[in-house]
Amino acid sequence: MAIEANGKTFETDEEGYLTNLGEWESAIAEEMAREDDLELNDEHWEIINFLREYYEEYQIAPAVRVLTKAVGKRLGKEKGNSKYLYSLFPYGPGKQACRFAGLPKPTGCI
Amino acid sequence: MSEQIKKFMYINRRAPYGTIYAWESLEVVLIGAAFDQDVHVAFIDDGVYQLLKGQDTSAVDMKNFSPTYQALGDYDVTKLYVEKESLEERGLTLEDLMPLTYEDEDDDWAEKDSIRLMSRAELADIMDEQDILFSF
Repeated sequence: MAIEANGKTFETDEEGYLTNLGEWESAIAEEMAREDDLELNDEHWEIINFLREYYEEYQIAPAVRVLTKAVGKRLGKEKGNSKYLYSLFPYGPGKQACRFAGLPKPTGCI
Repeated sequence: MSEQIKKFMYINRRAPYGTIYAWESLEVVLIGAAFDQDVHVAFIDDGVYQLLKGQDTSAVDMKNFSPTYQALGDYDVTKLYVEKESLEERGLTLEDLMPLTYEDEDDDWAEKDSIRLMSRAELADIMDEQDILFSF
């Protein structure tokens, strides 16, 4: 599979996750969101950037309950709950947000 | 289905790179953590090298996954046993290992050490208490 963004083609795996993390650019996230009928706002970007930082630090995409806890700690309690995160990423904050962020499917997501 | 919580121990005996065992083990630990079991991880023999500070894999073309051990606390994996004899046989001490911590929910989120130094005999007793052992 592949995704077209910013006039370029990027390879993705069979579930739509970017194959090469290093190729990520924000246009990819916007294109993936468009395909999912979402428009990214600052609140989406806050989570996407958070995930990219988490990956940079730990070299894994966090499972959703770990993400929820970490968001609560870093961005505040009102954001560290699944209701808020699902309102932003209806297909699941772990899977969908990680995909937009160019990360692999979360480790520990079943 | 029984709701009973079982004691799981993952035993790591190999050096982190050169084979896929260490990384596979870490992934299984993280995936298994989703099942809310009582998870224990042991580092024995060359497995103690997995926790070494300052790993650099640029020469061997493998991903340096040592930062991922720092995420274990977030996954509520907080019982990491390092065998004392294995460290000594390799001329290592706890100082040579990455400090790994977790925040204790029941103690006002106090930061605590995840690594517990155990003698071979103590670790044998802990293994004996487990319901399930995974060997990597």
